[in-house]
Amino acid sequence: MSPQQAAAAEIIRLTAVDLATKIKSRELSAVEATQAHLDRIADVDGEIHAFLYVDGERALASAGRVDAKIAAGEIVGPLAGVPLALKDILTYTGAPTTCGSKILEGWLPPYNATVTRRLLDHDIVILGKTNLDEFAMGSSTENSAYGPTRNPWDSDRIPGGSGGGSAAAVAAFEAPLAIGTDTGGSIRQPAAVTGTVGVKPTYGGSSRYGLVALASSLDQPGPCARTVLDAALLHQVIAGHDPCDSTSIDQPVPDVVGAARSADVAGMKVGVVSELGGEGYAPGVEQRFNQAVELLASLGAEIIEVSCPHFVYALPAYYLILPAECSSNLAKFDGMRFGLRVGDDGVASAEEVMAATREAGFGAEVKRRIIIGTYALSSGYYEAYYGQAQKVRTLISRDFDQAFSNVEVLVSPSTPITAFKIGEKVDDPLAMYMNDLCTIPSNLAGNASASFPVGLAPEDGLPVGLQVMAPPLADDRLYRVGAALEAALQSAWGGSLLDRLPELAGR
Amino acid sequence: MALTADDVASLARLARIELTEAELEVLAPQLDVILESVARVSEVAAQDIPPTSHALPLTNVFREDVLRPCLPREQILAGAPAAEQMRFRVPRILGEEA
Repeated sequence: MSPQQAAAAEIIRLTAVDLATKIKSRELSAVEATQAHLDRIADVDGEIHAFLYVDGERALASAGRVDAKIAAGEIVGPLAGVPLALKDILTYTGAPTTCGSKILEGWLPPYNATVTRRLLDHDIVILGKTNLDEFAMGSSTENSAYGPTRNPWDSDRIPGGSGGGSAAAVAAFEAPLAIGTDTGGSIRQPAAVTGTVGVKPTYGGSSRYGLVALASSLDQPGPCARTVLDAALLHQVIAGHDPCDSTSIDQPVPDVVGAARSADVAGMKVGVVSELGGEGYAPGVEQRFNQAVELLASLGAEIIEVSCPHFVYALPAYYLILPAECSSNLAKFDGMRFGLRVGDDGVASAEEVMAATREAGFGAEVKRRIIIGTYALSSGYYEAYYGQAQKVRTLISRDFDQAFSNVEVLVSPSTPITAFKIGEKVDDPLAMYMNDLCTIPSNLAGNASASFPVGLAPEDGLPVGLQVMAPPLADDRLYRVGAALEAALQSAWGGSLLDRLPELAGR
Repeated sequence: MALTADDVASLARLARIELTEAELEVLAPQLDVILESVARVSEVAAQDIPPTSHALPLTNVFREDVLRPCLPREQILAGAPAAEQMRFRVPRILGEEA
């Protein structure tokens, strides 16, 4: 390794906080930081395939502007010059937004998502767009029309989904930060299986403007990072009221950065959800989860077992509500105003062209969910399916309300199992849906939720995540618990979990 | 309940997706399993429980009724599959009998 390569290897392992500090003090330039990550992407992304699109020239140009601002003594954001990977479901002008679908291949959005605009306003450097399951429907990225992303811990395995590209990019040191979106666990489940941090803010905490909608009542953008403080700083940047999103909450962003710095759980009441464990959970997942709970107790948290009896109905309710919303949201992909158009021969009617376009442009899982949604919303079935699912949603919110009247946060494993093999579950949609068992309740109720790495399962050496759930607008509590766990675990391990990431093959 | 390939074909017509015979054969049993599993929601929600459509209890978010600039027409049409005379060009929308 040349001294130059050694320096670059060191840069990509820095946290976002350390990168920003070095860039601000001009010990390191934003251009150098960006170049080191672009080189890393060139080295390993052939194997990982976290990115669908990288624009190195544009990233270096924005990094150059950040360096110039700092040189001129201008005030810059706390993450100025730090490179970031953006999930390819949020619009960013000048770069294609595909949503992992053939129906939007090459489509250039005419405006920036609010999240994107905030990143740019805060001088964060966007490297490119990350891979995802088509329109965020999936738990493995195998549903991407552009091929799967691979887990940096074992490239035969899935990185989770739908935000597998964002989580893998962060885990593989291709970017210190990424943006994900979470509809049923698409930030938290990939974080869990890649050994990274992922946070779903309270619904309405970050803007959905410019996020291509899957299920509008559930979708929520959030931060992906390698450390809890990095995630908190990114959360602070992207969150807050946006008049362009009518479901955006007009209240101050909880002090997530202060909470991540405090890392204090002394006296905190932590509820363990009894329904999220037991049968179907891998032994290594349960073992690492239980150890982490014991660790919280040793840090002064009071551990209380809590029952949320309706959580077992969250999965079936979700797989009615989500398809119902997605079947109507995806009706706009009709081949008329944007994206693909198939069969427009001058004879075929608009309806025929629509049907041919949607047949050619959508993948199998998208079709499955649109058809289920169409069924659940059709007259005669509406009450039995969608209507009942909405009632279950009420019951799940009541379970949360009841629980949060006794405890400050709830915890569970983030996923029942560790990363599975690519191809293992593609023909069994129901088995695939089980990956979101623990994460879905927080989407239905809209409360804040996060996944933090708590070790490797002894049986397969793959990462395990612990999920923390907090009441709406108490996002800061997630970070207090996450940071406390991180500090205690890293001191026990003598480093971070990702220090144990196997060497990637490289080009 | 047993969803047939014909049932799926008529749902696909409603959803404007022209599925192939092969897709219908694969989808029908898959959807059947999924629908059977999600039907469990009726076990608990039979009582008189209000439905929740949205996590936030928000109603009618208003803004001032003032004109704001919208995106330039060229920029919108640039992403269209076909444009003509500064408009979206679409296939015929009326049937033969019209």
